[in-house]
Amino acid sequence: MTASSPPGDRYEMVVGLEVHVQLATATKIFCRCSTRFGGAPNANTCPVCLGLPGALPVINQHAVGLAVRAAQALDCTVRPSSAFARKNYFYPDLPKGYQISQFDQPLAVGGCVTIGTRPDGSPVVVNLTRVHLEEDAGKSIHDRYPGATAVDLNRAGVPLIEIVSEPDIRGSAEAEAYLTVLKRILEYVAVSDVSMERGSLRVDANVSARIRGESALGTKTEIKNLNSFSGVVRALEAEFARQCAVLDAGGRVEQQTMIWDSASGRVSPARSKEASHDYRYFPDPDLPPLVLHLEWIDEIKRAMPELPEARRERYRTEYAMIGASIVERLVASRAVGDYFEQVARQSADPKAAANWLTTEVPAALNASSSSLDQLAVRPADLAQLITLVNSGVVSHTAAKQIFATMVATGDPPRRVAERDGLLKVSDDDRLAAWIDEVLAASPEEAARYLGGEQRLQGVLVGQVMKRSNGSADPKRVNQLLAARIGR
Amino acid sequence: MAVTIDDVRHIAALARLGVDDARAASLVSELNTILAHMDVLSTVDTSGLDAVAGIGAFAAPLGADLGPPIPLVRPIESFAPQERDGFFLVPRLSTHEDPEAA
Amino acid sequence: MNGSAALPPESGAGALSAGELRDAVARGDVDPAAPVRAALERAAAIAACDRSGLNILLYTDADDARDQASAVAERGRRGAAPGPLAGVPVVLKDNIATITLPTTCGSRILDGYVSPYDASAAARLRDAGAVIVAKSNMDEFAMGSSTEHSAYGAARNPLDSARVPGGSSGGSAAAVAAGLVRIALGSETGGSVRQPAAFCGVVGVKPTYGRVSRFGLVAFASSLDQIGVFGRTVDDAALGLQVIAGHDPLDSTSAALPVPDYRGAVRGAMTGVVIGRPREYFPDDLDPRVRARCDAAFDALAGLGAEIRDVSLPHSRLAIEAYYIIAPAEASSNLARFDGVRYGLRLEGDGLRGMYEATRSRGFGGEVTRRILLGTYVLSAGYYDAYYRKAQQVRGLIARDFARAFGDGVHLLFTPTTPTPAFALGACAEPYDMYLSDVFTCTANLAGVPALSLPIGRVDGLPVGGQLIAPHFDERQLFAAAFALERALGAAAHR
Repeated sequence: MTASSPPGDRYEMVVGLEVHVQLATATKIFCRCSTRFGGAPNANTCPVCLGLPGALPVINQHAVGLAVRAAQALDCTVRPSSAFARKNYFYPDLPKGYQISQFDQPLAVGGCVTIGTRPDGSPVVVNLTRVHLEEDAGKSIHDRYPGATAVDLNRAGVPLIEIVSEPDIRGSAEAEAYLTVLKRILEYVAVSDVSMERGSLRVDANVSARIRGESALGTKTEIKNLNSFSGVVRALEAEFARQCAVLDAGGRVEQQTMIWDSASGRVSPARSKEASHDYRYFPDPDLPPLVLHLEWIDEIKRAMPELPEARRERYRTEYAMIGASIVERLVASRAVGDYFEQVARQSADPKAAANWLTTEVPAALNASSSSLDQLAVRPADLAQLITLVNSGVVSHTAAKQIFATMVATGDPPRRVAERDGLLKVSDDDRLAAWIDEVLAASPEEAARYLGGEQRLQGVLVGQVMKRSNGSADPKRVNQLLAARIGR
Repeated sequence: MAVTIDDVRHIAALARLGVDDARAASLVSELNTILAHMDVLSTVDTSGLDAVAGIGAFAAPLGADLGPPIPLVRPIESFAPQERDGFFLVPRLSTHEDPEAA
Repeated sequence: MNGSAALPPESGAGALSAGELRDAVARGDVDPAAPVRAALERAAAIAACDRSGLNILLYTDADDARDQASAVAERGRRGAAPGPLAGVPVVLKDNIATITLPTTCGSRILDGYVSPYDASAAARLRDAGAVIVAKSNMDEFAMGSSTEHSAYGAARNPLDSARVPGGSSGGSAAAVAAGLVRIALGSETGGSVRQPAAFCGVVGVKPTYGRVSRFGLVAFASSLDQIGVFGRTVDDAALGLQVIAGHDPLDSTSAALPVPDYRGAVRGAMTGVVIGRPREYFPDDLDPRVRARCDAAFDALAGLGAEIRDVSLPHSRLAIEAYYIIAPAEASSNLARFDGVRYGLRLEGDGLRGMYEATRSRGFGGEVTRRILLGTYVLSAGYYDAYYRKAQQVRGLIARDFARAFGDGVHLLFTPTTPTPAFALGACAEPYDMYLSDVFTCTANLAGVPALSLPIGRVDGLPVGGQLIAPHFDERQLFAAAFALERALGAAAHR
């Protein structure tokens, strides 16, 4: 054991994550203001979310329903009665001087997330402590006006769930896997748009280091301001390295809040003006207990959308012709799988559908940095394109070109093919004309081919395809070329 | 359970109430006088009792996820102490000045 | 010392009960502008005839009142059915949000603040045709029992200006006692309607927790707060409560129950009604003159056929202690929103922290500061279980005592409203002495049950209040007994 060996050799990283997820409601959790992202400052505010004197909260039923669905999707036990509590602290974007959250009586407890498989085949499971409902704070903008902080309360009162994990995560790779799986589940059950860019998924990490083989937990620190999965990984590594260095030097890790700076790649202690947090939680007297009828909890469970693992299993049997790694890519997000299934059903060609969804479609999305729901090509149109290929109306080569035009224009495939002259040409006269042109344009290859060098046939077919803009029927071109040398 | 001057300073800080030394000293005695009366509660056997009062036993009503919000008859700038471009303005604080901002 | 100021005599529309006035307006015999003008003129006359001023009202706006009255008249001309309070002038305590007139809670920290929305109770009054003529003085944020703790100066008792009108709704009680209006709204947390009603010789009713929407009532202690009504007579109070009672979807603690007809509860005899006499509310050291007035009231009730039965509410002796933990705890959180960021007072200091501290330490008065600190302390880490949790448990015991008494065949309880009549200004130097004036009233707030104070006679010319307490949501029975007792006592109630 030397100080120069990587800290991971001697110490083990222990992580627990707190994930805040914005619920996909139309209105806020305690008032009926819009939750729409963007908009003029303080445009989506009312007496309740401004914290005006005398205003009172009323719980949004849909927020509760989505929270219950999320908790059930994470295998939590939903409690038939839970309570809201006030978390008291001062901050300019916290209008009431307290956040309405849940404390000792959360909406749901327990639960777990399976994030992978060990070499011996056993699952890697992260247990959950709880899932609770709370309201978001507003936004403080520090760099807009000199000497002043600007406060926008449009986000104040937006419904959140906080998903708290046990310290079951070992290392930054597991942390990333946990977040990936968690995000996928939440996307599948449609409780949130789970967008880190829009702030609808936010992560705080509790991390500690302990000597490998020990069972007691070390002193943890909490890292805030984590705004991407890669940021979580980098911040955990940086903080872990810092803690290991402290321990190696014989020091003690101080329990504190750390701030991650992604630009510098460093964590630094939050400046603390008060010795300890004292949030003075107590039950919110404005809100009676949140009592959920068992029938409603059951109804939400029955209406639960298919979860990723169930979909994976279904694909493996329903689409046996598709390889496991392709299935994995199809189930990576619900949107991709839903799209795939529509194309597969309407084209009756799951293999082709899977192929498109894992090649051309992601390429097109990457090129335009957009998401599947923004794609101009609807599943029915892609299915029709596959049908056109399978029925010999367009070639594979032309299909890619047609698809590119569909992405740009949103037009249906047949119209694009007709307009751009990409219907497959099997007419021998037109094909012969293209062959003549190709042979004339490359006299040397033509001479060698006609002289018996058969392996040049492929090159010449390719040139005919190119000259025909992909519309030539390659099978017939091969036959016609072969006929020229008497075969 | 007597309140000390440090307790007064701590709770005054939590409550964002500026309290000078003279006032803090008098508050120590005022609060202790009041709290001395409260000590009688500690003599009551409340084991096995719910902490929630017997009133309001009903469940919270749930509202539909539907607007419109309660309207303001006057805009924010009519009551904001300092407002600009629709924002409330406060004295500048650096991003992470206060760790309480959870 | 008797500082009684001769009030100008009442005349014309001002002498009518709220119901009579409403009927006269509905018939078209009275223009709504007249009683509104009379109320404001009387307010001005009272201010003029007493050099120190009773300081009952904080805000009036004659133009706005006239506009409201014209709107009521216009509604009548258009043939709309007249509301149950058509043309009736009313006064609201300064902690009930109104879009006209400021809402400042008697505090400097809300100086000049005009709410951009109406409290549900205010909106219901307007819908009923009432005209809100003024906001009344109060102890700052309803913390106090004398209306001395107002940032806008102490209010005085119209029956004896050397004495307090009680509090915290002292201004509203005094406005009814002085004949400005027949109906005024106050708010209760520990007795802030019933105690000033007793001190001013008027009727004050605190409905069941959840009966009247709290939406727009600036919170002091949310689990105890409830809007209450003052009336010159039981009928005035019943009419006022009738209009503001009922379910409100904007208040999650509002009860979704039908509201019975309170004015129709009037009945002569009380045969078969069992009135409990809780011994804890008649301690040995109770002022014998107050006790004598209560005994006379019991005699009157018995004379109407009621059965008087001794009962015990043993945990009521702990009420003040539980109350003065729970109420400040909730207040410390409810008053955090007054931070100088979005509305109200802002005073600059060193940075954001300095702004908070300057605004709050200079915006809040001494009593409010004391209670915020007390509440912060009892909620803070390490003390929560010993104080706040314990107090809530004791509260449960107090509520259980009431439930048992009512479960054992007792229909109503009768007690003195306060241990003494109105005390002199400045008489309660120690905060805890002032707290003790809530000793008989705060139990109803802790238990959430409805209660009503009505005049039952005088001691040295000062009114004494008797308190009726009913089971949850049984305000109708409360009013039935109050109507009967009021009639039985007759002029003796004010002698």
